[in-house]
Order: sequence, then C-alpha cells, then structure tokens
Amino acid sequence: MTLDEIRARLLAGIPGSQVEMVVNGSPSEQNSLLVDRQHGLKAALLLRDQIQLDYCSNVTAVDWPDREKTDKVKTKQIVDGVEKEIEQTIKTMVPGYLEVVYHLFSMVKKTGPVVLRMRTANRTDDVALPSLTPVWRSAEFQEREAFDLFGIVFEGHPDLRRILMWEGFTDHPMRKDYVPPPEDELELLGEQ
Amino acid sequence: MDQDLKTELSKHGIFATTFEELYNWGRKNSVWPLTFGLACCAIEMIATTMARYDLARFGAEVFRPSPRQADLMIVSGTVTKKMAPQVVRLYNQMPEPKYVIAMGACAISGGPFRDGYNVLKGIDRFIPVDVHIPGCPPRPEALIHAFMALQDQISAQQLTGESRPRHLKRELPSEFPVPEFGEHGLEPPQNDEVFHNPLKVLQG
Repeated sequence: MTLDEIRARLLAGIPGSQVEMVVNGSPSEQNSLLVDRQHGLKAALLLRDQIQLDYCSNVTAVDWPDREKTDKVKTKQIVDGVEKEIEQTIKTMVPGYLEVVYHLFSMVKKTGPVVLRMRTANRTDDVALPSLTPVWRSAEFQEREAFDLFGIVFEGHPDLRRILMWEGFTDHPMRKDYVPPPEDELELLGEQ
Repeated sequence: MDQDLKTELSKHGIFATTFEELYNWGRKNSVWPLTFGLACCAIEMIATTMARYDLARFGAEVFRPSPRQADLMIVSGTVTKKMAPQVVRLYNQMPEPKYVIAMGACAISGGPFRDGYNVLKGIDRFIPVDVHIPGCPPRPEALIHAFMALQDQISAQQLTGESRPRHLKRELPSEFPVPEFGEHGLEPPQNDEVFHNPLKVLQG
C-alpha cells in the first residue's frame, strides 16, 4: 500500500480530517503523512486496525523555530508616467511549531516504515498533541522523552513525567533556542 | 632517617625503617576500591582487575560493594548531572583515608559530552581528585599507571607536620556538600572549596 493510498483511506475514513503528504526530497524519498492534531488519535487507530500498522518502532520530535520567509513579488507600478515592473522582497515571519514523528511498521504484512507526523499550534503556550500511547504501547517512554526534551504535552498519556532530566528541571534542552547554564570556565575564558 | 646511612646499614644486613614508612607501605599495598562503574571506562576497569592485567599484583583486588569498606573511588565513566549527587554521597560515606582516581575524559572534564546539557564537566568540581587519567577510554595499563602514581602519593604522605594529608588535618572537611537538582542545572554548579576554577585562578 503506497502512502498515497493510505492518505486516501485516512481522508475517507475520518470525515473532516486533514492529511498532508510531507515530501522528502532526498534520494531515499521517505515521504511522510502529516495529520492534524484534532484527528490524530482517530487516524492512529485507523492505521493500526485497518491498515495493520501494528508496531510503532520510534517516536521522536523536531523543533521548528520561528523563521523569516522572503518572497519576491513582481508588481507593476507607475514611475514617472511609465508603467514598470518592480521586484519587491517581502519578509514575513512564519511562526514555529513542534513536530512529533512516529515510525510505524506492520509485523503482519511485513511492511514499513510509514512515517506519521503531527504538529503543535505554536512553540509556547499551545503545545498539546494527542498521545498515541493508547494505540501503540511502545510509544509511552518515547513520548515522555519528547515531553521532557521538547516540551510537547501529550494529552491522554497514562504517565506523563520527565524521563531523563529530573523533576523540577524547567528547560527543554533539545529545543533550538535552549541555552545551557554558563558553567564552562574554558568557554568563559575564550570570551574574555 | 638519613638515606645513605640506611643503604650502608642494609649492606651489613641491618634493615632500618621508620614507623611512617612501614605504615605507608602497608597502606599503599592494600587499597580497596569501591565496586562502582559509570560507563564504558568501567569495562576497562573490570579488565584491569581480571587475569590478563591483574590489578591484584598491586594489592587492590578486593573491590568492595559498600562505600563503608572502600578507600578508593575509581570514577570510571561519564558523570551525568543526575548521577553526580549520588557519586558525592558515596564519597562522603567512605571512611578516611580515602582517595579518588578520575578515569577517562568524561570523568576529568566531561569529555565529548562537555557541550551537552546533562553531563558534569568533571567530577573534580565536587570532590577532591588525587589522580586524573586522560583517555577515551584509558587502557588498563593507564589505570595501572594511575594506581601506581596513587601508591607513590600514599607512600610519600607524612603523618605529622604541616604537610600531612587532608585526612589528618582536623579542620579540613572529609565530607563535601551534595549538590541538589536545580531548575536549570546542579545547585551549586561546583564546590568552590574543591574546584580550582581556571577563571578565578587567572584573575587571582
């Protein structure tokens, strides 16, 4: 079953869902499916029960910080009575988000991986995603890791605690804007 | 005692020594390390104790699983910030006189993980280290060399006088504060009484 067919099955099986194909341009062409977070749990259940993707081998996350997008737009303006085509560059800020990535395999059909992605609304206050631990039990610790290191809150997770860092630690070290505490004397020496 | 006189006497079959030498000779040949491994360096430490390298030749074959019975801590491997309080606590529980060998790049400086967020940048930030061994991991020969360097240190220790070691000075501490988990890292990030901060050394 190709990824396009899986996408069609998801769109047909879950009314109102949005499933995008995220194209990977590298030679491996490992494309992935991006599911909107409102329908993430339903999509996961469909993938497990109907498409027999019964094994989740890996859960990880990606931090996409806010970035500046430059577009070149050609507009026609009248300069000194003559119509000219002027190229303008417009810079817009694209808000960042956190993305969680699941690698799914089928032990029954011996196929895979199917890569499933979900994105949060932003990186600050709306960082909730549905937990897929009720669907694939193997996601439990790795979702805790994504919660610990990226700060993604998994709703419906049975035991969402930090797993690598200690309780009381407030940072999320794998985020791109994380700054470790200034305790490296040799680096401080280099700055002086 | 005069070294020339001692040599001269030994030529006539008379063995002369001091109580201090005899005492240190006994101590240095019976060092009991703590059974304690943190990462891949521990594998080399284990190899050192086994038949091929045989640390028993130096009197250190008895690895004790309790800190109360050990007098050498071989910090063999990466000390994560989550593990550091337990390492300091184990050191505090060891009876005096006690010694520390920091084995490998991680234990002496954080090694390849120095720029990370979760690894302590050297165990000498919290406890006094007697011998540092570089290497990733150091070979068993390097650990044996470090052990022999420690033996030399022990046999050179004076039991009286101003230059006597830390454990014989009543005013110096034998226990060190255990760091606590803070919001961004360990609190405090180092023990300034133990750690020779290169920034402060340069600034005087």
